[in-house]
Amino acid sequence: MSAAAARGPLVHRISSALYLHPRLFLLLLLAPPLIWLGIIYLGSLFALLLQSFFYIDDFSGNIIREFSMATYGQLLTIANADVFIRTATMAAAVTIAAALIAFPIAYYMVRHASMRMKALLYLAVMLPLWSSYLVRVYAWKLILAKEGIVPWFAQQLHLTWLLDAALSIPVIGGPSLSTSYIGSFLVFLYIWLPFMILPIVAALERVPASLTEASADLGATPRETFRKVILPLAFPGVVAGSIFTFSLTLGDYIIPGIIGNSRPFIGQAVYQLQGTAGNIPLAAAFTVVPVVIMAIYLLVARRYGAFDAL
Amino acid sequence: MQQKKTAVCFDGVARHFGEVHAVDNVSFEIGDGEFFSMLGPSGSGKTTCLRLIAGFEQPDAGHIAVHGVNVDGVPPYERDVNTVFQDYALFPHMTVSENVEYGLMIRKVAPGERRRQSREMLALVKLEALGDRKPNQLSGGQRQRVALARALINRPGVLLLDEPLGALDLKLREQMQEELKSLQRQVGITFVYVTHDQNEALAMSDRLAVFNHGRIEQIGAPADIYEHPATAFVAGFVGVSNICEGGLAQRLSGNPQPFAIRPEKITMTAANEPVPDGWFSVAGRVRAVTYHGATTRYAVALDGGGELAVMRQNNSGGRPAAAAGETVRLTWPRNLNQLLGGPA
Amino acid sequence: MRSKSRGAGGKAGLPLKLAAAAGVMFLHVPLFFIVLYAFSTDDKSFVFPLPGLTIKWFAVAWEREDIRAALSLSLQVATISTLLAMALGTLAAAAVWRSRFFGREAISLLLILPIALPGIITGISLRSAFNLAGIPFSFWTIVIGHATFCIVVVYNNVLARFRRSSPALIEASMDLGANGFQTFRYVVLPGIATALLAGGMLAFALSFDEVIVTTFTAGQQTTLPIWMLSELVRPRQRPVTNVVAVFVIAVTFIPILMAFYLTRDTHEVAGSGK
Repeated sequence: MSAAAARGPLVHRISSALYLHPRLFLLLLLAPPLIWLGIIYLGSLFALLLQSFFYIDDFSGNIIREFSMATYGQLLTIANADVFIRTATMAAAVTIAAALIAFPIAYYMVRHASMRMKALLYLAVMLPLWSSYLVRVYAWKLILAKEGIVPWFAQQLHLTWLLDAALSIPVIGGPSLSTSYIGSFLVFLYIWLPFMILPIVAALERVPASLTEASADLGATPRETFRKVILPLAFPGVVAGSIFTFSLTLGDYIIPGIIGNSRPFIGQAVYQLQGTAGNIPLAAAFTVVPVVIMAIYLLVARRYGAFDAL
Repeated sequence: MQQKKTAVCFDGVARHFGEVHAVDNVSFEIGDGEFFSMLGPSGSGKTTCLRLIAGFEQPDAGHIAVHGVNVDGVPPYERDVNTVFQDYALFPHMTVSENVEYGLMIRKVAPGERRRQSREMLALVKLEALGDRKPNQLSGGQRQRVALARALINRPGVLLLDEPLGALDLKLREQMQEELKSLQRQVGITFVYVTHDQNEALAMSDRLAVFNHGRIEQIGAPADIYEHPATAFVAGFVGVSNICEGGLAQRLSGNPQPFAIRPEKITMTAANEPVPDGWFSVAGRVRAVTYHGATTRYAVALDGGGELAVMRQNNSGGRPAAAAGETVRLTWPRNLNQLLGGPA
Repeated sequence: MRSKSRGAGGKAGLPLKLAAAAGVMFLHVPLFFIVLYAFSTDDKSFVFPLPGLTIKWFAVAWEREDIRAALSLSLQVATISTLLAMALGTLAAAAVWRSRFFGREAISLLLILPIALPGIITGISLRSAFNLAGIPFSFWTIVIGHATFCIVVVYNNVLARFRRSSPALIEASMDLGANGFQTFRYVVLPGIATALLAGGMLAFALSFDEVIVTTFTAGQQTTLPIWMLSELVRPRQRPVTNVVAVFVIAVTFIPILMAFYLTRDTHEVAGSGK
């Protein structure tokens, strides 16, 4: 007869009840965050997805709440398809460039830096990552402005002709750096770079030193060791980083709005559609596309082991 | 039924984790003031039984009583039981004194009184000067004593120890075994001790229980268990033993029932020596000789099949009594055979 | 003969060092220029080199009502969102650590979703949800939005710390007479304190800086990032914007440094899993 559990102050009894019923306890722990995220967040995502199956009546401008694929059909027009191609190309370019710049930094950090230097570099990469996104974008507006820093440096180094040549390349050039694709590319690269560095660092750290020693012991030159041992093992880190750079570029609407020409990216299109145009169904359909692209990307990335490198 | 004299009582207790029967219909009693050990290999259920007494697990069947009080559904903080954990589980953010005083603090004992008692306790475990250190500044042996002090200060009815000496090296372990035994006699509290080391169990316990696959195979005083093992498992797990079954048993003892005979009980003589009356006898050839410092072990292949292990003390010098390949005769008194039944 | 304090590769070649240094500088030089421009005397354009240096813009910025209001709102939102995220994140981390239950992986995915999906999707979703539920946009809708993606930051940090602690500590505390609440107060909470704090700091920085989701969940309110965004598109006083930018850099640097400092002795450095 367990008289003990019935005694004691209320707090004690509650504690005992929770202790003896671990499932109830678990439920109580999970309920607040689950309710918050499950209902509020998931619910609204679902509502958004639902909207993409509605369509806008051309005459009244109202949203007709009937199931239809008409809105998705609109995605296939040239103007809209253009937006997807533009955004995806930029995302790919940024990803590749980021990988190229990030790798030496990550490699140095993991394999050559002393403990102190490594901590410093870690901090140096993290600080921009967490500091203000807008401020960092704004910094580039300063730098790329027509009368600003880059043109001045070009002048001092007598490289203005190079700058002008770059700006006159069709498609990616423009009247000035801050109104061209080159400019957007630079800013995207700058902002997402830390997202690429950190997973590569994590992946490189997982390569034990004994592997490179074994490779050398078996007769490989340092270059061969790099190509055949280190690079394949670090590759999942690169893929993991690419998930971030690709997906973040796909969805961003602020950077191209501030630095770039006026042709819209996916993010801007969505913003315009749901704002003044009031065309929620099309906006929703637009958002579904990057989500689908990323889902496919994630599946491929998973096969390359990127999830273990995250 | 003298319930007052029984410190812990298990009655048909079972605990399963999914398909695994960690504890399978176990019943036994632990007397008040006893040093009781639960011995067995990993996964045998001894630790689960300990946790059932402490309250970290609840039985799926059966009842457990501590000092006469049924503790079904009673959480650990309401039981008159304290535990010394395998990895000591000292609170890393508190000093040694704060660790030791924790139980008193929870029970709202005044700070002055807490201090006094914790100093007393630390002196008892010989750690007086270390009150202000943090656990990560202590050695393994010192942490173990702090864990002991932290548990004993609450004067529990039963003290549970979960393989507390496992992490210590051999010399320290043997020293701690003696200290724990004398401490237990000093404070008079019932100790329930879990270990997989049969030497430890034999040396320290008043009584011990041998666990295997969730059941108790034998329970009794150390000498009883060693000299009269009830099953093949007990004979093999507690000390080293020869186990003779089937045809070999028939040949040696004239009876097919399996039996065990300890290597040190066998006398090894030259092949032509006379055999005393009533003693078993079998001839064989020494297959291997292993030197163990105080003793030497001989593996003897028997004529007609089978093998027996023999152990002799090295009383005179280090020379072995017989070399590999020699023919010898093995004899032992009939009454030293231990007939084996199935598991209890 | 390899120095013990170096990485496995020993000393690096010069090209690698230069490449790494160039990359790191690429990350930090733009911020340096912002700070520089905050002192420029020119108020019309981004002329370089700077015509002159002055600190008058700091005073001007301080006088501006709209900046002060935006700053105050941002601080309030960040504080409350952080507190909410700390509570919810700790609960979720405790639940995931304690037990194996069906859908454990799903919970982790769910928690990371608000930060993994592009901000615009999160923003639009929340906006339509509020519309559907008839909730007017206000301070609290902003807070709800922020707390939603801040939860995972706290969750990651606290879970990592839980994983490095021993469950035996909780059992020991209960064995010594403390019930669940007392155990939380005396044993669990001190154990996760620094991780919780670090997570909170990162959540604060994240919330203080957030603009995309905020744009969608705010009514008439203006947080500091929203203010900055409108200045970027339609500038009023450029130097004042620069000053605000410098201020924002300082305000977000400090929590990051503190979070790093709080967890630097551990293997799990706060923030590396953004």
